[in-house]
This record gives sequence, structure tokens and C-alpha cells, in this order.
Amino acid sequence: ERGHGPYQPHEPGYGLYQPGYGPYDDQIPDPKSQTLAIENAKAYLLKSSTASGLNLYDHLANMLTKILDEQPTNAVDIIENISKDVKWAQFQKKMDTLRDEHEILPTFEAAEKRKALFLKPNGEGDEELEEELGETPLPNVMETAFYFEQAGIGLSKDESYHIFLALKKLISVQPVQTCRFWGKILGLEMNYIIAEVQYHEGEEEEETEVEEVTEEGGKEVGQVEDEEEEKEKEYEPPVSTYKPPPVIPKEENGTGANKYVYFVCNEPGKPWVKLPPVTPAQIVCARKIKKFFTGRLDAPVVSFPPFPGNEANYLRAQIARISAGTQVSPIGFYQFAEEEGDEEEETEGGRDTYEENPDFQPLPVAEMVDSLSTWVHHVQSILKQGRCVWFNPLQKSEEEEENEEEEKEEEPDELQQELQQEIGPPLLTPLSEDEGIQNIPAWTAQPSTNLIPQHAVAVLQSNRWPGAYAFASGKKFDNIYFGWGHKYSPENHAPTLPPPAQAEYPSGPEITETRDPTVEEELAFKAAREEALAAAEEEEEEEGTEEEEEDDD
Amino acid sequence: MEASWLPAALELVSGGGLGLSPEKRAVLWSSLLLLQRDYRFERVWFWGCIQGVRGAYYIAEGLGPDRAAPRSRLYSLNCVDWSLLPPVTKEMITWAGPLKGRFQGDPSFEYEYTERNAEDAERLDEDGKEPTIKEEARVVATIEQIDRAVGIIPRGAFVKTPLGSVSENRNFEGLSLTEAKKLSSYFHFTEPVNLKNKTLLEKADLDPSTDFLDSLEHDIPQGSWTVQLEKGGAVVVLRSLLWLGLTFYHVPMTKQYGYVYFGTGEKNLDLPFML
Repeated sequence: ERGHGPYQPHEPGYGLYQPGYGPYDDQIPDPKSQTLAIENAKAYLLKSSTASGLNLYDHLANMLTKILDEQPTNAVDIIENISKDVKWAQFQKKMDTLRDEHEILPTFEAAEKRKALFLKPNGEGDEELEEELGETPLPNVMETAFYFEQAGIGLSKDESYHIFLALKKLISVQPVQTCRFWGKILGLEMNYIIAEVQYHEGEEEEETEVEEVTEEGGKEVGQVEDEEEEKEKEYEPPVSTYKPPPVIPKEENGTGANKYVYFVCNEPGKPWVKLPPVTPAQIVCARKIKKFFTGRLDAPVVSFPPFPGNEANYLRAQIARISAGTQVSPIGFYQFAEEEGDEEEETEGGRDTYEENPDFQPLPVAEMVDSLSTWVHHVQSILKQGRCVWFNPLQKSEEEEENEEEEKEEEPDELQQELQQEIGPPLLTPLSEDEGIQNIPAWTAQPSTNLIPQHAVAVLQSNRWPGAYAFASGKKFDNIYFGWGHKYSPENHAPTLPPPAQAEYPSGPEITETRDPTVEEELAFKAAREEALAAAEEEEEEEGTEEEEEDDD
Repeated sequence: MEASWLPAALELVSGGGLGLSPEKRAVLWSSLLLLQRDYRFERVWFWGCIQGVRGAYYIAEGLGPDRAAPRSRLYSLNCVDWSLLPPVTKEMITWAGPLKGRFQGDPSFEYEYTERNAEDAERLDEDGKEPTIKEEARVVATIEQIDRAVGIIPRGAFVKTPLGSVSENRNFEGLSLTEAKKLSSYFHFTEPVNLKNKTLLEKADLDPSTDFLDSLEHDIPQGSWTVQLEKGGAVVVLRSLLWLGLTFYHVPMTKQYGYVYFGTGEKNLDLPFML
């Protein structure tokens, strides 16, 4: 009866015209067929996907359960993500028949090490406790950290405490007299935590043996070379007149740049490694290069000029430079020791020992901040040579006098004119003598707070070595370094140019080549010669013809 | 970093040694909240601190509904009173960018421009006096340069809606530990430069809602980022070597991340020599 024309949306029956349904289904719905429709729909939804084994019905049920449980705001905006999350969760449980081994993350090992710091070693009885309560070289790292924190400098409290415990472990292992947390140097792969230590007198490790062995080896090589030279004198090839500049010896352990011994570790909990003493050549080279630290002590330092050593030596050299430039104390805290033999001990480098002043009167914080002359350096500065005490490399030791030849006597005189004794600023000079860079003063002094001046702490920041800080408050003071380990330079770093090529041989008239004559000169010479020859022939011919004429007659 | 995460975040970035004193920390929380109220920002980020010779600048950034829009920047000398910085212009970057040396700590300090070239000569004729640049402009230029060069976010932390605006991804649950150690999981939070240069194959793998920024993988020079696990592996800290002092932290498998700058505000031009 009804026409089958296109049904408009407003007409009843629109949408029901589908295969399987009659056009009369919009009339009084037959309950049976409606349930049949529902069952068909549900069967469709329950159909498992051939690809993943899931079916839409379960997935929608899980999704709606999750949404109703969690009730996120604006669920409709993130519905796709929720669906993805549900699928992801499902996928993991069902498809993996293999159970993952409980993943041992590297973080767990690190946590073990840190936990070990907090354990008390076994067998510690009450006796040891009494010893610890007395004078201990362990510095109060947390107290220092508190003062620096007032200025906004320092590591988090957790890390400071770990370092505290790591230092305690170091002291229990090594025989140290004084110990200090020197600072932290950042690196590419790992960082360095550095402790400055002074051994008890006479308890240094035996490193001198290694040095003696190398010296003896050097002597033997020298003797062999003499013999060879004697043989070669028969042939007399040119002898190289090159003499390498004399090696400046490093300072003794316990003096100058090697006054303190430094231990480093990458993280608190890892074992402490001792850094080797520094040599002047390393300091001189470290001044010319600028490299990041990688965090591994045995990494090579690839640079020009080539650094004599690996990263451990470079680190030690930078520590020495930073200490010499930025370790400061309030004036009057240290004074020179007054002993009877003082005049005799005054070496060329000046005094190098000091002691604490028992009558130290701390200056108020306002004065410490206002003028830089209230602070002094208490570490010797390093000369251009690379040492704190100048060493004259031309002092002839007994060995050199024996091997001296006549030729060599002339050279030392020339060298002596160039080398002058290098003198650095004496110990305990105030900071006001420090040179600034361009128009920036070498140090910036600030109180830690302007709001509560009664309890402020005077804080110094170094501008020459960014990262070096010092604080003073009453009788307490300390220095610390947090940074990358490089000096500040407003100019870009310009690597040293390679030296000019050395002359191979002295040029003299006997080996200088003469210039070849040019073609014009040769032709002119040839023409002149031919003229001379021709003139000579003509004369001969004339004589010859005269003779012939005479003969003919 | 997000202002509301300040206390925890400062603990996590303090590995570099520089941080905030307790006084500043205490006042920042409230003063940043007040900033949000006064300027009607949706989010306030504590950007960091630039150390000058005589004082320091504390910088905060405010974000509107589109997180990728140019941000308003404010500075303060004591973390209590904040002043709005002028928006950055190309001129500022060309004139103030090449300035070298430390900041002075005084916003009205004027730098004299000593280079003489043709453009300078023209300017001289117009003004009749030597061109000077205020330190304020230099601060703005430096912050913009740093944000553009080394301001980073983890992958997936922000999504781009089809309309083009960028907002935080509420489904971001953090990077896994293995992902967090790779440089490709971090993006520069600025206009992408290299995205179009990727091959078709790479582009097919990208998800346009989350991968709409440049990743750190192809930064020049290679190795200008250090990735370290601190606190025994609980935090991933990235430090930039191009702008020394920029520290980014992320706690894997959590939503915590952020970057902050504590430094002198000078670009490390010696980087190629130092690697």
C-alpha cells in the first residue's frame, strides 16, 4: 500500500528500511523481533576480531567501567586515549605467556651502595665510640652546607648527608690528619666529588720508589748514548744541537702545590680514588687548554698542546689552580708561625706555613662584605713556572757537571739572561690586591640576606673562577667549589698555535745553493765566448795566411 | 619549571651547586601566586636566575591558554617585586645578542656599542649620539635565546590540538627509564626548525599530536647535552653545555619535569674546543 519512495528523516520508518527488516517494522514493535535485533547487535559486538582476539563488546564494557571508576573530567576529549590504555592493559596480560623476569634496574644497585653508607660497620664496640667523640678530622659538612645554603649555594640536603657519610668512610680507611669537603666538579658522563686531605706527618704512601727507578733508568740510557757518540765521531754526521728545555721537578708532597692530597669519587657510596701529585708541566699545560671532564679518571685528554697525563692529572691540575686562586679566609684567622729559626727558613718563595690564630677576633659581617681587604688568600699562588716556589733549572747538579762538554758552556749564559726568578704574591695577601678581569672585580661580596642583617652571612663569589664561593660568619668560614672546573675568560678560547718549524741545519755559504744563470745570461755568455774564440781564430788565420803568403813567395 | 612544583624541583636540580636561599624560596611561592592573579596567567613558570656582578635577576614566565604562544616574562631583583619585561623583538636580538661579558645586575645599565660598521654609522647619523643598549634589553634577548636554544620538555608532555594550540597532555605519565636516557625523547619547546627535513619514513612514524617539535638528537654540536642519573637513578638530569647553567630534570614514570637556569647568562662559545 505505501509507496517506496525515498524516506525523509521526519517520516516514521526512516532508517528501518534495511535488508532483513520489512518496511512495516515501525509499526507496533513486535517484542520478539526487537529482542532479535538486540541479540543480533550483541552477537555482532561479541564477534572476536581476527587480528587481536579481542571483541568490541568486552572492550566497550571495560572502557566504560574504567571511566565510571575514575571519573576523569572532560572524558569525551580523551576517550581515544582511554581506549588505547585499556587495550594496552589487556594486551599485556593475555598475550605474554612468558613471565618477565623481575627487572633488575641499575637504580637498585646504586640504591644498595647508598644504603651501605648508612650501615655501621660490624664489630664496633663502645671503645671506638669514645674515640670518635674526641677530636676527629671529619668536617661538619652539614654545618658548612647550612651556611652556604643561606646564600643559595650548595647541594640538596640528601646529597650533602651522603657526602658526609662518604667522608667518614674515607677517614676510617686512610690515616688523615685533616679532611675537608673541597667541592664538586661536573662532568659529561659523571661528576666528581672531591675531598681535600692532609696526611699525618710521616704516613705518606710510598711513591718515591717509583720516581727513583725512572731516574736510574735515565742514567743508564745516558751512558749508552755516550758510547754511541764516540763510535759515530768517525763518520761525523751532523749532530743535533737541540736540547729539550730542562724538566722542572714537581714539588715535594706536603709543600707548595702538592700540600694537600685529594681524593675523588663519582658518587657518594663509590670508593674514593687518590689523585696523583701534580707536576709543573701539567699546570703550565692546563693553563693553555680548556676541556670538559668526562667523569672517568682514566680518560685521555686530547688537546693541543698535548696534555702530559690523563684526566686524573688534568683534574688534579685544575684543582691546584682553583685552590691557589680562590681559597680565602677572613683576615687574622691565620697568622704566620713565629719561631726562632724564621730568618733561616725564609726561602726564595717566602713563607709557606701558617697556623691558626688563637686570638682571632671576627669582624662584623657588614665590614666583611664592604671591603675586600678583610679577606686573605691562605694558599700559595702558583707561579708561571707551575710551582709555588721558584726552581732554577740551571743550577748544575753534580751529574751535569761531570758530563759537561766545552760546547755547552756558552749556552747557559744566554739562558740565564732570560730566566729571572719568578716571585708571586706572598701568602696571606688581602683580596683587594687581586686583579679583576676588564672592568669586573675579581670577587663579588654579598650578605646572604638584606632582611635580617643581624644573622646574615658574608658570602664571596669568585668572578675569575665561576663556581668558587667562600662564606664567613663569626668565627666560622669555609671555601667550596661547585662548577665545571674552568676559569672565566671574557674572550673566546683561542688554542695555542703550533710552534714554528725548527731549522734543520744552520745555513752557511758552503751549502747555500747558487742561483742558476737565466737563458739570457747563458746566451750572452755564449755569444761573448764565441766572439772571443772568433777573435782568436782570426788572429791565427792572419798569422797562418801571412805564413802561407811568405811560403808562397 | 612549574611554580607549584618549586620545592621538590629545587631539590632535584641542586646537583649543580647553585640554587635559591631559603629566604628566596619562601617568598617565591607566594609572589608567583600573586603574579598569576595580577596578570591572569594560566600557568607561571619560574625560569631561573641570571647572576650579575653586583646583583642577580630572578625571572618568571607566564603562560596563557596556548602554551606555545610567546610568553610574558617578568624579572625581579629580590623575588618580591616583579616587573614586566618588554616583549622580545628581532632588533633586540641582533643588537644585544653579540654583547659579551657578565651582566652588571642593574637593569638600567647601558652598554656602549663599540663595533663600527656600516649599519652603526647610519644609526649614529640618525641619533646624533652613540648607540647604547640597556641591560634590560640584553636580559630579554638572553632569555629568548636560551629558551629557543635549550628550553626542553619530555616527549609527550604537550599535545597539539587540531586547531593548532598547544596544551599539556593529561595522559602523560612520564618517560620510562630507558626512554629517559635517550636524547630523542626530549624536544625543544619552540618553533620547530628541522621537522620538515626528516625523511618520509621518519615522518610516517611521527604522531602529529605529540611529535610536533624538534628533538635533541640532532643538536649541533653533538654532545652538547649531558644526561646523568642522579640520586641513585631516581632523577634524570640533563645539563646543557652550550648555555652553562641550564638544568632539566625529570623523574621517570612520573609527571614531574621542568627546566631552570642558574648561571651568568653567557653562551659558551668555546664548546667545540672543550668537548
